[in-house]
Amino acid sequence: MTTGGPRRRHLGLPAAIAAAVLAGLAVAAAAAPLVAALLGHDPAGVDLLNRAAPPSPAHPLGTDELGRDLLVRLLYGGRVSLTVAVAAAAGAALIGTVIGLAAGYFAGRTDAALMRVTDAVIALPLLPLLIVLSAVDPAKVWGGLEGDPGGGLGRIILIVALVGWTTVARLVRAATLSVRQRDYVRAARALGTGHLAIMVRHILPNVASPVIVATTLAVGQVILLESVLSFLGVGIQPPAASWGNMLTNAQELIWTAPRLAVMPGALIFVTVIACNLLGDGLLNAYDPRLGGNARRPA
Amino acid sequence: MLRFAVHRGLQALIVLAAMSFVVYALIGLMPGDPIDILLSGNPEMTSADAERLRALYGLDQPLVVRYLAWAGNALAGDFGFSRVHAVPVEQILLPRLVNTLLLIGAAVVLALAIAVPLGVLAAARAGSRLDTAINLACFAGVSIPPFWLALLLIMLFAVALGWLPAGGTGALEATGLWDQARHLVLPVATLTLASVATYTRHVRAAMRQELAQDYMRTAAAKGTARPRALWRHAWPNATAPLITLVALDFGALFSGALVTETMFGYLGMGRLIYDSVLGNDFNLALIGLLLATVMTLLANLAADIAYAAADPRVTYRTGPG
Repeated sequence: MTTGGPRRRHLGLPAAIAAAVLAGLAVAAAAAPLVAALLGHDPAGVDLLNRAAPPSPAHPLGTDELGRDLLVRLLYGGRVSLTVAVAAAAGAALIGTVIGLAAGYFAGRTDAALMRVTDAVIALPLLPLLIVLSAVDPAKVWGGLEGDPGGGLGRIILIVALVGWTTVARLVRAATLSVRQRDYVRAARALGTGHLAIMVRHILPNVASPVIVATTLAVGQVILLESVLSFLGVGIQPPAASWGNMLTNAQELIWTAPRLAVMPGALIFVTVIACNLLGDGLLNAYDPRLGGNARRPA
Repeated sequence: MLRFAVHRGLQALIVLAAMSFVVYALIGLMPGDPIDILLSGNPEMTSADAERLRALYGLDQPLVVRYLAWAGNALAGDFGFSRVHAVPVEQILLPRLVNTLLLIGAAVVLALAIAVPLGVLAAARAGSRLDTAINLACFAGVSIPPFWLALLLIMLFAVALGWLPAGGTGALEATGLWDQARHLVLPVATLTLASVATYTRHVRAAMRQELAQDYMRTAAAKGTARPRALWRHAWPNATAPLITLVALDFGALFSGALVTETMFGYLGMGRLIYDSVLGNDFNLALIGLLLATVMTLLANLAADIAYAAADPRVTYRTGPG
């Protein structure tokens, strides 16, 4: 159910294609160990005699600058990039939902203050700040918590979630504002239900649609952020592969092996555009008035 | 009006003060401190020396005390020395700032020159095939990773065609204005293409709003030609929200400039911030980040005030509305 009563609409062709593409990518990434076993390659298996080799039966997409199989690394990189994207988008959705609910439900000064903060976060030059955040020494924050096995996976999820919640917060706030004076909310209030219970039990189920839409859009946003940070060398650390850090050395190789610069970037591009198209389709289905150009990712 | 501007200005100052503290604290959380770096460069130093130096420079003080001392100096115009460049921070920062503003300015002008006709066209023919095509192109534009876009442009124009240099500002090897301009083409093109999709969406949204107004129907009823109705009636009204949206995008623009500068070895501020964070150049990173924040806040402030000035319906009352 949506805020204006049930309003079932079709998702639209672009969004349906996008959903299929995303599902395909997820399956491919999940099958990474299988493909690696079939081909007999280790994603970190360096083969210095076979660097930047062209595609061959043994290496369907060729090898990278250290002789590692490109296909296997793309799939493993996809696992990392998609995991970061989903986890960070979920984290961002959680933060955004809490802020959006609080702003919309309490309205007035709380709303003004929270939305001012949201606007400030949107307006900030985020990338330089994220670079500083990535450079923060975890030992100085948590006191000697060393060693992150995933090549910085946990840290990047945390950092990106901390800045990616703004779209969710805005959409949830708008939806909450429109239901906060509904009869069932007033009835609950009259019965003496607490604020928290009203928000969780009565409002949240009715703003689920914008949360889903915004989370989808956030996934695309997060993949872009992760890829930029990993590309700049402050995100996912090698030897772990991510689509972003696979491009770090690509700039020196564009003369000899342009293939290596094209493929990881193409996968990022396809994933992000699929998330954006799917999010837009969901938004249209949820509320046609908001479709098209109402908001922008990244 | 003046009260509104002053109020917003004060708010921006408060945000800036808060940001300066956050950034100061974050920089302090980066690995090592200046004394560690001295220690690693000089094996003769003992840990007792290190402690003495820490006390001398106040590094053993609590965070708030250190911040206040730093903020006092900064307000008095003393921004400290760059560790890597060994000159006062502002000396290295200002030329870079000029380069970045040049890059951003050129990209914004070009991006708007492309986005305005596209956006107006899409809005005027909303729902048509042309609109759908422009919309899809915009989706592609906001979804492409800027660094990959730069890679593709380098591959096309520097490697395959060999028309343009792949990087550098042309400052060292410059053989005149022409060569410098050639070095600007690809960075500006990257940042332009990275911004054009967002701007086109803004233009389309702003124009759609105006096209739905009664005065447009009146203009059509009076027999005003469509181009005239679009450009003389709707467009002037659409500019106010457009200016605001473009100004609010300044932060994203700066992030894009950082990527572009890094990719092309362009000596701008974004790249400087990146290098100084990775190179533990604490003072430079701190001031660079704050300068970027100040520019963003100024852009937002300008957007607020310009909007209020351009649209008489905006009330200057403050507080929740």
